[in-house]
Amino acid sequence: MSRPPSDVLADPGALVDVSRSDATLRRFLHGLPGVDQVGADARAAALSTRSIKTTAKAFAIDLAISMIDLTTLEGNDTPGKVRSLCAKARHPDPHDPTVPRTAAVCVYSDLVGLAKAELGDSGVKVAAVATAFPSGRAALAVKLADTGDALRQGADEIDMVIDRGAYLSGRYLEVFEEIAAIKQVIIDDGSRAHLKVILETGELQTYDNVRRASWIAMLAGADFIKTSTGKISPAATLPVTLVMLEACRDWRAATGELVGMKPAGGIRTTKDAMKFLVLVNETVGTEWLTPDLFRIGASSLLNDLLLQRQRMASGRYSGPDYVTVD
Amino acid sequence: MPPTPFEYAPAPESRAVVDIASSYGLFIDGEFVEGTGTTIKSINPATEEVLAEISVASDTDVDRAVKAARRAYTRVWSKTSGKERAKYLFRIARLVQERSRELAVLETLDNGKPIKESRDVDIPLVAAHFFYYAGWADKLEHAGFGPNPRPLGVAAQVIPWNFPLLMLAWKIAPALAAGNTVVLKPAETTSLTALLFADICRQAELPPGVVNIITGAGETGRALVEHPDVDKVAFTGSTEVGKAIARSVAGTDKKLTLELGGKAANIVFDDAPIDQTVEGIVAGIFFNQGHVCCAGSRLLVQESVADEVVDRLKRRLSTLRLGDPLDKNTDIGAINSLEQLERIRHLAGVGDDEGAERWTADCDLPAKGYWFAPTVFTGVSQAHRIAREEIFGPVLSVLTFRTPAEAIEKANNTPYGLSAGIWTDKGSRILKVANAMRAGVVWANTFNRFDPTSPFGGYKESGYGREGGRHGLASYLDVV
Repeated sequence: MSRPPSDVLADPGALVDVSRSDATLRRFLHGLPGVDQVGADARAAALSTRSIKTTAKAFAIDLAISMIDLTTLEGNDTPGKVRSLCAKARHPDPHDPTVPRTAAVCVYSDLVGLAKAELGDSGVKVAAVATAFPSGRAALAVKLADTGDALRQGADEIDMVIDRGAYLSGRYLEVFEEIAAIKQVIIDDGSRAHLKVILETGELQTYDNVRRASWIAMLAGADFIKTSTGKISPAATLPVTLVMLEACRDWRAATGELVGMKPAGGIRTTKDAMKFLVLVNETVGTEWLTPDLFRIGASSLLNDLLLQRQRMASGRYSGPDYVTVD
Repeated sequence: MPPTPFEYAPAPESRAVVDIASSYGLFIDGEFVEGTGTTIKSINPATEEVLAEISVASDTDVDRAVKAARRAYTRVWSKTSGKERAKYLFRIARLVQERSRELAVLETLDNGKPIKESRDVDIPLVAAHFFYYAGWADKLEHAGFGPNPRPLGVAAQVIPWNFPLLMLAWKIAPALAAGNTVVLKPAETTSLTALLFADICRQAELPPGVVNIITGAGETGRALVEHPDVDKVAFTGSTEVGKAIARSVAGTDKKLTLELGGKAANIVFDDAPIDQTVEGIVAGIFFNQGHVCCAGSRLLVQESVADEVVDRLKRRLSTLRLGDPLDKNTDIGAINSLEQLERIRHLAGVGDDEGAERWTADCDLPAKGYWFAPTVFTGVSQAHRIAREEIFGPVLSVLTFRTPAEAIEKANNTPYGLSAGIWTDKGSRILKVANAMRAGVVWANTFNRFDPTSPFGGYKESGYGREGGRHGLASYLDVV
């Protein structure tokens, strides 16, 4: 039996032909090594017992803050809500200027212009969810228009969803071509926006699917692969993130390119965030420990990180009234 | 800006949770008594610090202990109902859980294994074994051994240093559940948790003499298993000592179980789930510094994926954290003794001489204590000594095969037969290969997983008899 990843390692040019047809893509994806669920769960659980204390914790808290895509994706989002989110992203703790800013804010595309104006040259990026987020159920033309609209408003990053229906019915090439089409919109726009591809792993369910979908996204030009929309449970679990990080690692071995990773949804506590950083550190290594290559999609996580940061500075716990509610 | 490395700050478990006495006597008839023999020092292999002095039980002490066990058997334990015996075992299991932190820290100090293993593997399994066999104590007539299976009497039990308290549990829990009394001798380098267990027996108000713990080295063990008033001998340890015991027991009425060495094959087929396979290889040979009789010390990998598997394995091994066993982030602890370290060094040297290619993980070894970095030998053939002899350390020998038939033949081509591992996504292949393995335990897509419900034991020079599960009861009952 031939093993595509080994072939790829031996010959990086081999990847070019993979997406030539549905058949070649299917053969490639089904030739990827399987993922044993029990083993993957056990590895993630083992890494989550790492004990991160004192200086390591202080380092990790600031790193985690700097990696957050501060997110609001609700039907009741208003300009006021987005403004306060942007203020929080720039200065997470109004009393402590040493707290790093978050990596980005993540909003629906109609609020991108407002967020851009609020954030100015702060360095905080604006990510827009697009392509009929969260379900992805719309015609390709609508998804392309959605993306184009976000880019015109100045989005720095596009968080697109894949067509899970197409994936689960085995139309892998359709999934690939849709991602590639969105990527083309970005290229044509000339904005150099980053493309994050949301797999919605809670709907793909098996780790074999997660690994294959990760490869489809990377083959189609993803700058980041992302677990979830946050609208489906389970969202960003540790084992799913592990499997996706392994895909990033293997992609790098095959192509030399570094693809970023973004777990999103369900990461609420500092303890959770530490576990994800340990996973990155011990799966793909130090190179990925930067907001350029690792993001955490979250909203309530930031306040917990701030509370822990305050405790480390003062030696005592404050309380929920000592961080801002936005 | 290049990313800053994420360095984990030291996270040592506090050793203040355990009190270690400067010297220990022998636990006989429910009391700690002075031994009449000499003493030896028990040291922390990670620091070479002396932890305590322990007694070397003399022949007189051994006789005292066996007499106490006989008395307790005749007068008390053989007349105690299964329901009552179960109560004591449940109580012991709960006390192990309550004192788990203390036991884990002590085990790590005395043995050198990482705290995350003593905390998450050894001690929870100890409690699980006592819970499991507590459940059997009043149900022996339903165990498939006839209407009224009888205990054997006094069991002499000699255990090794690799899983000190866990091996104690494997021995004592079924023995007591079946209605026997015991005299147990832990290994001379790792006696401290057994002595703490003696305290737990007292706390559980176990009748005096039901459990006796005597310490010492090989001579004490020999005196114990050769004692004429012993009905049952259970030994876990080296094949060499096991053979000597088998010879000494031959011609007596003593029932014998032996759990000895191994040189397990961990077989990786080309369709294996590769990342989990790498984890399984690591768990197979680097768990507990490779001080595991059922360790997957021979990696048999299909030639078509051998390079990829070995590359991934090396990358993974480079992330292992070797150092202070009490640090919660340590993956690889200390080698248990200087003697064992020298044996590992010697056999690794033999591997070099035989022409195998040595690769060692790049990690700093602490200046004090006994350490051996994770090591992989590639280019190993069946004819090499490192493919045949048990190294009992963090050293993996990698061999290749071309077809399933060749894998099976090579896997079975060893004087041992304790365990084996199979890695493939194909269910039918798992079943076929597992059936062909001459090994007591076969793991599929996992390795070194233990459970009290599952029988464990070997073929050939790995010993005979089973421990664990319903089968484990048979070793302590007067049944065939």
